[in-house]
Amino acid sequence: MTSAKKSVPPRAEKLVFDVNPVLNERPTHYCPGCHHGIAHRLVSEALHELGVADRTILVASVGCAAFTYDYFNVDSVEAPHGRACAVATGVRRARPGAVVFTYQGDGDMAAIGTAESLHAANRGEKITAVFINNTVYGMTGGQMAPTTLLGQKTTTSRRGRDFDNEGGPIRLTEIMAQLQGVAYAARCALDSVKHVKEAKKAVRRAFDAQIAGLGFGFVELLSSCPTNWHMDPVAANRHIAEEMIPVFPLGVFRDVMKEKGNA
Amino acid sequence: MTAGQSDRILVKGNEAIAYGAVDAGLKCYFGYPITPQNEIPEMLSVLLPEAGGVFVQAESEVGAVNMLLGAGACGVPAMTSSSSCGISLMQEGISFLAGSHVPGVIVNMARGGPGLGDLGPSQGDYFQAVKGGGHGDHRNLVLAPATAQECYDFMFKAFALAFAYRNPVMVLGDAVVAQIKEPVQRVPPAGAVKAEHLQFLVRDQRIEGYGARGKTAAPRLLKSVYLAEGELAERNRLLQRKYADMRKEVLFECEDVDDAELIVVAFGSIGRTARGAVRRLRGENRKVGLFRPVTLYPFPDEALQKLAPGRRFLVMEQNIGQMMEDVRLAVNGVSPVHWHGVMPGLFVSANELVEPILRVLGGQSGSN
Repeated sequence: MTSAKKSVPPRAEKLVFDVNPVLNERPTHYCPGCHHGIAHRLVSEALHELGVADRTILVASVGCAAFTYDYFNVDSVEAPHGRACAVATGVRRARPGAVVFTYQGDGDMAAIGTAESLHAANRGEKITAVFINNTVYGMTGGQMAPTTLLGQKTTTSRRGRDFDNEGGPIRLTEIMAQLQGVAYAARCALDSVKHVKEAKKAVRRAFDAQIAGLGFGFVELLSSCPTNWHMDPVAANRHIAEEMIPVFPLGVFRDVMKEKGNA
Repeated sequence: MTAGQSDRILVKGNEAIAYGAVDAGLKCYFGYPITPQNEIPEMLSVLLPEAGGVFVQAESEVGAVNMLLGAGACGVPAMTSSSSCGISLMQEGISFLAGSHVPGVIVNMARGGPGLGDLGPSQGDYFQAVKGGGHGDHRNLVLAPATAQECYDFMFKAFALAFAYRNPVMVLGDAVVAQIKEPVQRVPPAGAVKAEHLQFLVRDQRIEGYGARGKTAAPRLLKSVYLAEGELAERNRLLQRKYADMRKEVLFECEDVDDAELIVVAFGSIGRTARGAVRRLRGENRKVGLFRPVTLYPFPDEALQKLAPGRRFLVMEQNIGQMMEDVRLAVNGVSPVHWHGVMPGLFVSANELVEPILRVLGGQSGSN
């Protein structure tokens, strides 16, 4: 009697984490505690789940994210500083079947590239923009960004950002949400597991909006920069929760899919 | 193909650019309004969608040139057009096109400068066009049409060159070239590269999503940043070799140069006006000829070198002295190079160019 008794399977192992084929295994150039790695992972998971990596084109920007293409297994093109949304417009118009995304920091998208970003959004370009807000120019050594908090010390605001001289932090998601071409706009944070899980949904949604042809998908990710904040990674996470989120409220500010009942 | 009556159209240079671009295979146009080139986007906003292409009015010239960078990186025939100040704004993007080896066509219907300048004819952007214009070691192939027919014909050449070399190509005209309305044969010039073939030329370099090349194909990257020591050096040597290869694309036009004592060197609209002056003087048995560079980069310096012994040159241009320097470099002291400038914004007739030629023929130096 060999077949009647059901053989006992080996102790079930549940795979909880695996290599994501959209990301390669190259070690990143990011500093310890930096959130770019998490953001990359979230974007790559969205592309993997949607099964679109083979028709995805990444438009890289300038800043710490300049070398994003080194880690994503997708076709890529480099944009000049601030121009990623304009380059992405050209890419998407030339290749209407492609899934196109930009990955930009706060200096790139909210200072030098404001015009290109807002107008691509307003035209309803079918692209997704991932906006990393860490309130500082990281790559160039910690200068003041358009999103730098009031009072925050940077290498170009040594006494702390002063509203009278430098104005206040730009809330880009709220501006984006005003534009008719924007199909999805959300702000998330990467400081805690709970927030990362929310961010994962938002990133996916920002791609869903593009793929559904509804318009521009935008997601802002409040991210840490322990190096230029002069903090350890744990303190940097706390800084996001205690200092950044009160200034940059989290949430979904526009979701055309939901408005259309396609939640 | 013989041109029939229906192929003959009466159009401005700008409109000829638009027709030429569409017939040459243009798929994406990106631009921002500026005088004196507005007929180009206005025409293309109708013609291009009808031909299955994409027209986008950009938020600025900066936006336009970067859209061109994106579409060009996809290996699709794309262009932008502007005028002087707008072309200045595009220079960063043009440098990126060159550094990333991306094809793109840029039309500059120049206006007077510096600054906001005026709307009249000007060749003040010569240096910017032929010396690179943007930052770093880069060169644009530069074509200088003189007539509406050349505006039409040169768009075929512009796309063919952009895709053959994966390099920015600039078509440099001015208000006279852009606005004169004249008959044009709307027939592809002999030897024109077929639109389908353009995209085939860059099939191994374009971004498209790796799946287009197979499920396990390696991703492609188009970029201009090379930080490791020696990497950029290698890339710039590649550019240097490419620019050397481009020398075979030199184009120029000669008229009555064989027995000429004095050769007038002029390009674009002034080249056309100077031809009128030279023909009138030939009618009076004066030994004068015309040399019209058609590609401004690569510059026809070898042809000028060959003509130099025993002859004198008179450069006529609508600026305060730019192409003159390239003619002097080409001739390299073998013969005298005189110069006559027309200031930007002025409309000169052939008759007005006769006297300065006579002055130099009579042994005086150039003027203005």
